[in-house]
Amino acid sequence: MQRVVVLGGGVGGTLTANLVARKLKKLIAAGEVQVTVVDATGAHAYQPGYMYIAMGNERAEKLVRPERSLLDGNVELVVDTVTRIDASVRTVTLGSGAVMGYEHLVIATGSRILPEEMPGFDAEAHHFYSAEAAAKLRKALDAFTGGRIVIGIAGIPYKCPPAPLEVAFLVESELRDRGLRDKTEITFLSPINRAFTIESVSDMATPIFEEKGIRLELLAGVGEIDAERKVVITDAFEEHPYDLLICVPPHRGAQVVIDSGLAPKSGWLPTDRHTLQVKTVAKPAPGQADEDVPRYPDVYALGDATDLPLSKAGSTAHFEAPIVAERIAAAVEGREPEGKDASYTGKVMCFFEVGDGKGTLLQFDYEHPPKPPTPNRMWHLGKIVFNKTYWHTVPRGRI
Amino acid sequence: MTDTTLPPITLTIDARGSFCPGPLMELIRGMKESEVGDVIAVLSTDKGSKADIPKWVEKAGHTLFGVFTRDGFDEIVVEKVR
Repeated sequence: MQRVVVLGGGVGGTLTANLVARKLKKLIAAGEVQVTVVDATGAHAYQPGYMYIAMGNERAEKLVRPERSLLDGNVELVVDTVTRIDASVRTVTLGSGAVMGYEHLVIATGSRILPEEMPGFDAEAHHFYSAEAAAKLRKALDAFTGGRIVIGIAGIPYKCPPAPLEVAFLVESELRDRGLRDKTEITFLSPINRAFTIESVSDMATPIFEEKGIRLELLAGVGEIDAERKVVITDAFEEHPYDLLICVPPHRGAQVVIDSGLAPKSGWLPTDRHTLQVKTVAKPAPGQADEDVPRYPDVYALGDATDLPLSKAGSTAHFEAPIVAERIAAAVEGREPEGKDASYTGKVMCFFEVGDGKGTLLQFDYEHPPKPPTPNRMWHLGKIVFNKTYWHTVPRGRI
Repeated sequence: MTDTTLPPITLTIDARGSFCPGPLMELIRGMKESEVGDVIAVLSTDKGSKADIPKWVEKAGHTLFGVFTRDGFDEIVVEKVR
């Protein structure tokens, strides 16, 4: 019996499990392979929808479905937390105390938000990284009658890199529609030396900030929140007063991969950029080439959980899952990985809202930076259609 | 300032292999955990670092000792002054 254990029932874990089950259908039927997803809640959330709750266009109950309903009938689901991964003896310990052995492990444990790491964050800052927080932001926007809005980022990397820019553009559009734009000053604090990490996207977005009259501050990561004075203090000690603060909270990888010694304090798993196998150490030793760092042959990571220099987004997991599934199927069948899914090219594709009913598309890989088309209505509608049809397409491997 | 007149390094952040903005973010994190007067060296293979890090250092009011080209990477040396 070959046991494939997938930790995490998000986009990456669900899709990988379904693809493995499809590829190894006969072996599963013969009782030679078992595929199990372990998920802490048993509920699958469509996280890109949270931003739309904040914008007043989505309801929380539409964004969650039972994980079981999205899994292939040949995939087992265990609802439990994971407390330990021991790659040396190929076991996973669950919250219940049960120990699961594996021959192939997929770590799709995603990322966590840690607003509590920044004093004052919970009391002062709004965000859109959970359904509850997004609903609270919606209420704050409804109550807003003018003043200073500051939108910032408390640490990189974070989930869905375009999201804070999208929120800035969408909030600006909304305030214009509500007749509040003249009474509002909007400031966007970028932690780096341009509007967005990828240069071509930054070049596309920067003029939009100008057109919309949104003040763009560079090298201005949110370092501290002074709740008493209602002031954001940046990493470079500049102060930005606010009446409404929207801030991306600090993010980290799952605690269990840190506790298990597989990832450094950041929680991002050191991952091979092509095979998606987890590396045995976070950094090469002095004089050692990265390719000479040993990889665990039977442990894979994908989605937000990795340290790859790519967007932490469902789209990344979506395009990584076929590679993990192919490599596991090949190992089970005793063959080399083959076809287009043998190696990950860094492919990511995501929509980018710019407000006023327009959007654009970011499509890129390791070798080709995105060339976003001029924002138009079609890409905005594309995102809406994608959001609505997600449940029937991505987790089931239909696109 | 030349290599030979550099003050002793308190902390070396090896950000080689990290892509923009990784080295800058690692420096900011390192600065937060350091004391005023500490001298921090960032090792980076990302071409953007030698422009972006000095700009951030200037904006934050720290002291830049220099950007040194090493064998296949840059070493940027900064003193935390506030």
